[in-house]
Amino acid sequence: MNKLRTISQDNAFRLLCLLAAGIAGVLMLGFMVQLAVDSSAAWREFGLGFIFSSEWDPWSNRYGALPSIVGTLITTVIALVVALPLAFAAALFLTDAPPWLSQIIGNAIDLLAAIPSVIYGMWGLFVLAPIMQDYVQPFLIDDLGLGRIPFVGEYYMGFGLFTAGLILALMILPYMAAIMRDVFAMTPQVLREAAYGIGCTRWETAKDIVLKYGIRGLLGGVFIGLGRALGETMAVLFVVGNIMDMPQTLSDGGTTIASTLANNFSEADGLQRSALMALGIILFAMSFLIQIISHYYLSATKSKRGEAK
Amino acid sequence: MANKISARNINFYYGSHQALFDNNLDIAEHAITAVIGPSGCGKSTHLRIYNRIYELYRDQRVTGSLFIDGVDVLNEKVDVLELRRKVGMIFQKPTPFPMSVFDNVAYPLRLHYRLSRSEIADKVEEALRGASLWEEVKDKLKSSGLALSGGQQQRLCIARAIAASPEVLLMDEPTSAIDPVATLKIEELMVELKKRFTIVIVTHNMQQAARISDFTAFFYKGRIVEFGDTEKIFTNPDEKQTEEYITGRFG
Repeated sequence: MNKLRTISQDNAFRLLCLLAAGIAGVLMLGFMVQLAVDSSAAWREFGLGFIFSSEWDPWSNRYGALPSIVGTLITTVIALVVALPLAFAAALFLTDAPPWLSQIIGNAIDLLAAIPSVIYGMWGLFVLAPIMQDYVQPFLIDDLGLGRIPFVGEYYMGFGLFTAGLILALMILPYMAAIMRDVFAMTPQVLREAAYGIGCTRWETAKDIVLKYGIRGLLGGVFIGLGRALGETMAVLFVVGNIMDMPQTLSDGGTTIASTLANNFSEADGLQRSALMALGIILFAMSFLIQIISHYYLSATKSKRGEAK
Repeated sequence: MANKISARNINFYYGSHQALFDNNLDIAEHAITAVIGPSGCGKSTHLRIYNRIYELYRDQRVTGSLFIDGVDVLNEKVDVLELRRKVGMIFQKPTPFPMSVFDNVAYPLRLHYRLSRSEIADKVEEALRGASLWEEVKDKLKSSGLALSGGQQQRLCIARAIAASPEVLLMDEPTSAIDPVATLKIEELMVELKKRFTIVIVTHNMQQAARISDFTAFFYKGRIVEFGDTEKIFTNPDEKQTEEYITGRFG
């Protein structure tokens, strides 16, 4: 009688799984090696000065990463500053609202994450930028007088670093809100009751007790949002202006690493291509670092949840 | 002895499920009133009306009146934040806030009063002394409240509850998660505290009720079966159900 099953089949299955899992690691290594090899010409030519140079001149073949790095950091910081309080308030509302309402709004926020980024980009270019130009920037810069603050800028173009940051804020909002909602839900109910029990308001309970209790998880959420904002390409490409000069103010047009790559790659060769690869490595390193930090904070929260049980 | 709290015709509902039926209870001032009864009989539910903590949950509602110093605190016009300053609550599990020992006690002070730094320090010390905790923590005021032992954490919560000068202390099985030695300490503390506060304690531990309380209410299935002097309830109860519960025949 023939055997239906053998242990060698099982071993084959195991090998298959291992291969599937291994692809991720191999790809990761492959990316790093490829980026390193392809960018080596740029690093040899410019050295670490590449990071600090703000020149981007294909005619004389001189390249520097600083405007892209600065643009990336500025748009990301704007996104965080705008999205953080919104996500915090939204998450707070979601944990406290009646279940049916929380469900509807929660789903709506989750759906924000499902919108393709190119849609955000087009919306940014055709809807948000004109609104910024006609209403928001005149109001902020002139009426509120923010234009007098250094680095805010005093003209309104609609597009630019500030608008790009706002689009990014909308895009990272659902991720941050979802994680914060989980963190809030994790706070033991009896701890909340204790806070209300000594006469705290909702706001006081949220900021003094829930926030302190879940601070590590919240930081993890912040870093996840940060990681997404750093690498976002399409949406930013539409509204940031794609200007390779060093931005002087927040209302200037600028560029980010990801949008510089997307914009220049098709025509680049030789040293320029290598310089773009070098930008890629910088972005890779930044995202990698942030991933590690967010994992660190989030796993710390999980172990805390284990303790509390 | 004067009555600090009077519950009148209290009915309580979790959604459509009625948990309390026509509760009438008088809580004497500067005394310890124990609320006993088998699990699920509504003792905690009854207690949680006194500081309106049940309001945090949408499906919970109450009818009837609860007079504290003659004012019906279930009236919506009553300031619930001030009510909760006046009526402190201690929970089954210690609930130190994620902050230092000092800040745990200073926090309610900062919520309710405008005080100088030194006034706060004085009141924190006073509250910690009041909770018999000062000697044990005076050298680690800056370390986290979560780093204390279970019994210490519970006394920290008592210190936090008495810091803002309440008048009533509600204790919901305050020693059920704590070892016997620490329990004894807290019981001694309660007897000390009743000179300054009116105390209502929900307890599963009948010896505890007999040891420390002046009055005892026996709850069964959401009704107050019997209420009176602790001594009488434990030695010569009027109701058969009370006697059966106390002698351990059910519950």
